[in-house]
Amino acid sequence: MAKVLLKGCEAIGEAAVRAGALRYFAYPITPQSEVAEYLVRRMPEVGGVFLQAESEVAASNMIFGAASTGERVFTTSSSPGISLMSEALSYIAAAELPCVFVNVVRNGPGLGGILPSQGDYLQATRGGGHGDYKLLVLAPSTVQETVEHIMLAFELADQYRNPIMVMADGLIGQMMEPVDFSAAPKPNPPDKSSWATTGAKGRKPHLIKTLFLSPQLGEEHNRKLAAKYDKMRANEVRYEAYNLDEPRKVVMVAFGTTARVCKTAVDALKKEGIEIGLFRPITLFPYPYKPLRDIAERNEMRHLLVVEMNMGQMIEDVRLATSDRKPITFYGRQGGIVPSPEEVVEEIRKLL
Amino acid sequence: MQIEVKFAGFGGQGIMSAGKFLAEAGLEEGKEVVWIPSYGPEMRGGTAYCTVVVSEQPIGSPIINNPTHLVVMNRPSLEKFAPTIQPNGIIIINSSLIPITSERTDVTEILIPCNQIAIELNNTRGANMVALGAYVACSKVVSLEVLEKIIRQEFAKKPKFIEGNVAALKRGAEVASQEMEKAK
Repeated sequence: MAKVLLKGCEAIGEAAVRAGALRYFAYPITPQSEVAEYLVRRMPEVGGVFLQAESEVAASNMIFGAASTGERVFTTSSSPGISLMSEALSYIAAAELPCVFVNVVRNGPGLGGILPSQGDYLQATRGGGHGDYKLLVLAPSTVQETVEHIMLAFELADQYRNPIMVMADGLIGQMMEPVDFSAAPKPNPPDKSSWATTGAKGRKPHLIKTLFLSPQLGEEHNRKLAAKYDKMRANEVRYEAYNLDEPRKVVMVAFGTTARVCKTAVDALKKEGIEIGLFRPITLFPYPYKPLRDIAERNEMRHLLVVEMNMGQMIEDVRLATSDRKPITFYGRQGGIVPSPEEVVEEIRKLL
Repeated sequence: MQIEVKFAGFGGQGIMSAGKFLAEAGLEEGKEVVWIPSYGPEMRGGTAYCTVVVSEQPIGSPIINNPTHLVVMNRPSLEKFAPTIQPNGIIIINSSLIPITSERTDVTEILIPCNQIAIELNNTRGANMVALGAYVACSKVVSLEVLEKIIRQEFAKKPKFIEGNVAALKRGAEVASQEMEKAK
């Protein structure tokens, strides 16, 4: 199939359908209501279900229930909506149910605005809900990559029995880019018959719960979850190193849309004979600590520049990765303003 | 080579569609494209703009502060965006609604009475296609034939709009070519 021009939100919907996720529960919020708009037409064509809930709280708890059956289920929302869904996320993680949450991030805090932001980094990676749980968080930077991440998210959700978050931003949700579905893997959900609650006729009932009143069982459950997160740390780290085939004096660290802007800055400086590196985490959890540490520890590496659309959130992970051994400068824009390549170039010049 | 064109006007002028058709045509020609809307809190009838990037290379930043080209359908858009266009760029001005020019001497500026032409063609809502045709004739970002094919595809479900829009596209291109000749 040839490439098609799709809005990020439409691509999210289509990618989920192609991943075999035919159960979608959601509540509209800008800048991602087009996912629902797309799926309300698309789901009936493939025998799927789109149910518009009465609130984000309801939508996320529908996900909780539907995921218990082992079906591929997902929801999409934007920042304030994800906050409302965070209680359910904690429960779903505790219950070890596979599902996908897409956050098309807008600027906050509070109602904030409808424009792009990366202000939910800490919420996504440190948990918006309570307790020791982790989401595996994927951060795409193009519409094509968003499609690939959505499909990957369903595979990872099933593999780890854990909610996966795809964290895009308002710009990715709203812009149109060519999308190629031809390399899309066939959905390959594993056998879930050992735990899924699908009706217990003729077999022992399955029980899915998050209440552990016994301290021993509670501790055991937490350790089991932690072992799973360690497995993600060992096996699922993803990142892109751009123009880092050789050591660079200045290396930028950025994810998502911002990384794309930084790439243009790298290319612009290259034309002047100035070589800058860019490190782009693709998984925000598990964070690529080791690869970033290796780059930062090169002798020639003098300065890190962290660029984000927030007041400085991922910078905490950059500090953890590098143990503050090299100076780190932060450049960020807020309120829905996306930094331009020219601004980033100016920031780099200050460090040269 | 990367072309960045901003289409700007007020809501309802078909700004977003004109941009989308161009992006579709670029894709059809095997190029890399991005279509970026202005999505902000706007009311109907307020300003609307979108930016289309067409490139031979993968496209980096979708944030374009200084596009190479501009197509403006109303006066506030011209006043706002004309100063941002790169030197040696192209500015297409809808002279039916814009009584002024950009006053820039370092760009190619083409005045096209888009609404008037659309009315002459009995297609009052086709001014955006006149502008698009004019723009493509000046910039040669994509071929007019591919663009026509895209229009036929896009309106496949509303066939009564096809011929009017194709005619508007072609007339816009024709008038722009004449204007380019005059400017030489």
